Amino acid sequence: MQKINEDRVVDARDLLCPMPILATAKQMRLLEPGQVLKVLATDRGALADIPAWAEDTGNELLGSSEEDGVLVFWIRKASDA
Amino acid sequence: MLHDAEPTTKPTTLKLTEDDVRRIVREEVELAFKRDPAARRASIIASKGTLEWAYPPLILATTAAAAGMDTSIFFTFYGLNIIHKDSARKLKVDPVGNPAMPMPVPIPDIVSAMPGMVPLASRMMRSRFATHNVATIAELLDAAKDIGVRLIACQMTMEVFGYREADFIGGVEFGGAAAFMSQARRSHVTMFI
Repeated sequence: MQKINEDRVVDARDLLCPMPILATAKQMRLLEPGQVLKVLATDRGALADIPAWAEDTGNELLGSSEEDGVLVFWIRKASDA
Repeated sequence: MLHDAEPTTKPTTLKLTEDDVRRIVREEVELAFKRDPAARRASIIASKGTLEWAYPPLILATTAAAAGMDTSIFFTFYGLNIIHKDSARKLKVDPVGNPAMPMPVPIPDIVSAMPGMVPLASRMMRSRFATHNVATIAELLDAAKDIGVRLIACQMTMEVFGYREADFIGGVEFGGAAAFMSQARRSHVTMFI
């Protein structure tokens, strides 16, 4: 998978629902449209939550992966989000 | 057509097939739904005051707000416990008559009803939440306020239970059923918890 360069990272490891989503929403506000947010989570619920949140907010989920039990997501901020 | 055109060889007509019409209608309807403000509003009623019932309204509301929804929680009856300044003491769990509650060993109601069992069960639940890194109610309330969730206390049940405005945490508004209904009818997401 091509390397995605992120502009900010949200470390939501060891946090349980709804904290990963709240932290993501909060950090996303600080980004400029077009910038990329990387989210780290260990909550398995994030597998469904992050894509759903991205779709609801119109932000683009660029990709996701899992490394050593840590879920990683890259989300690009939409221009009108 | 209204414009003064030179006579052209043939008038241009828009030929629409039935499929075109269907497609246009569908696109317009989808657009209308997207623009509908109700799709971005959530109104939740929190009516229960035990520890395990305090979580769902807060988790759902903060998640809705995180997705950009205008969210409010209307606390009524025992739900007032959640926003009470003394919520840490008020929010408990009673093992009696709670057959759904997971127990380390099966415990009959006649034992769970003994003095001290409620504080014990409440402590056990709190410690289990802590072990799994679940946010505390206080943390969720802070997160809710931070993300713009409106916390509204029901005026009527407040008076009936003898609470005053000063008994509740900061940032709480006060309202009645009509105010809630007025928001709820403009919200796609409405829940009674």
